[in-house]
Amino acid sequence: MTEEKKDKIETEKKKKLQFAFYWAASCGGCEIAVLDIDEKILDVVEVADILFWPVALDTKYKDVEAMKDGSIDVCFFNGSIRTEEQEHLAKLLRKKSKVLVAFGSCAVNGGIPGLANLANREEVFNVAYIDNPSTYNPKRIVPKKLTRIKEGKLTLPEFYDTVKTLNQVVDVDYYLPGCPPTPDLIIDAVNSIVENRLPPKGAVLAPLKSVCDECPREKYEKKISEIKRVYEVESIDPNKCLLEQGIICMGPATRGGCNARCLDANMPCTGCGGPTPNSRDQGAKMMSALASILGIEEEEKMSDEKVEELMDQIVDPVGTFYKYGLPSALINRRVMR
Amino acid sequence: MSKEFEPNIIGFLCNWCSYAGADLAGTSRIKYPPNIKSIRVMCSGRVDPVFILEALQKGADGVLVAGCHPGDCHYQSGNYKTNRRIKLLKKLLMEMGIEPNRVRFEYISASEGKKFAQVVTEFVEEIRRMGANPLKQMK
Repeated sequence: MTEEKKDKIETEKKKKLQFAFYWAASCGGCEIAVLDIDEKILDVVEVADILFWPVALDTKYKDVEAMKDGSIDVCFFNGSIRTEEQEHLAKLLRKKSKVLVAFGSCAVNGGIPGLANLANREEVFNVAYIDNPSTYNPKRIVPKKLTRIKEGKLTLPEFYDTVKTLNQVVDVDYYLPGCPPTPDLIIDAVNSIVENRLPPKGAVLAPLKSVCDECPREKYEKKISEIKRVYEVESIDPNKCLLEQGIICMGPATRGGCNARCLDANMPCTGCGGPTPNSRDQGAKMMSALASILGIEEEEKMSDEKVEELMDQIVDPVGTFYKYGLPSALINRRVMR
Repeated sequence: MSKEFEPNIIGFLCNWCSYAGADLAGTSRIKYPPNIKSIRVMCSGRVDPVFILEALQKGADGVLVAGCHPGDCHYQSGNYKTNRRIKLLKKLLMEMGIEPNRVRFEYISASEGKKFAQVVTEFVEEIRRMGANPLKQMK
């Protein structure tokens, strides 16, 4: 090998990866999660340049538009899609990126903003801008796509009726679930990118097992007669399975990777890891599991009314079982009539 | 909806009781509407709520789940579990703006061919009155 060729290979090797981060309909927690990897962020900037990151850098959309297609090596995209602007950026970043990673529950499964699928634009605007005790808006002004003023036209991106996940809008290469993804999962993902050992396209960059598998609490036979909210339990036994104590814990239906950290803080899992592998609908799986352990003591003698009463203890099935995943559920929005 | 609306119904029937009941309805030549598409499952307890949601999402107008009478389950308690799951699922459907009565759970034994025919007839009429599955229009 000639010296020249060697040099060329060396420079190729040294060439940094080009990263981009974007946020769509999200809370900003995923941005914090990136910083949550602490001093390891220095290792990341050692191997990668960040081309675009609205929360931290002043790169404009037009700068991204000017980039060559595929010039971003990896784009971490957090947040679900609920406006025209977010959809535009999703499509733009898809075109400019070699690898697109759905980062966090919102991008992966729709997240908390996805619960807006229980309403539509009109209902959301009503609550946000009109029918709200702390809002004074007698002219009932709500955001409009186009407003004409005497100086000309003002435009806003359209606000959609239905919140979508990232892969309902563009092709996604990898999924990194969690609300937000834990530092360990982020570091693992970055390392597998740097070391070029990414799994096949479409993979979820998290373990295959459920939260229960990672949860150190003792688990015996599951039989409960009553459902309790966390504050209704006088003292939660820190060593016993929460489901067995009557608290709804999404652990059995949720993908792990978090080391059951909520359980460690004596709080139930609410399902941010999304469905376990091969499960099509997280909420339905959890309903199935919960209905088979609730009130099964002497079930053969129980009247239908009694069973009905038991189920009535679950006040908000969508908010409980689809907290982070309504847009990706089998039935992904309320039917509006 | 137009008058020609014909309900499309999926039936999950347990192998030991309800499927045999449906068979009896057939061999006894009892008439019932042909709107039901029966799927045999080993136990009504095998019917995952996912199956029901998927049936509705793919356009079924109604879903019937039938299993053994209380105390008769071949696997001891599958029918009790299904009864619970469907009661909970109906609450979810209500929150999603879908008529909960599109999903029905019935106990039908192997000797109740007549009951099977009657349940199907009733259910088809109920769904006919209700109209088409609203999820179909959303697509």
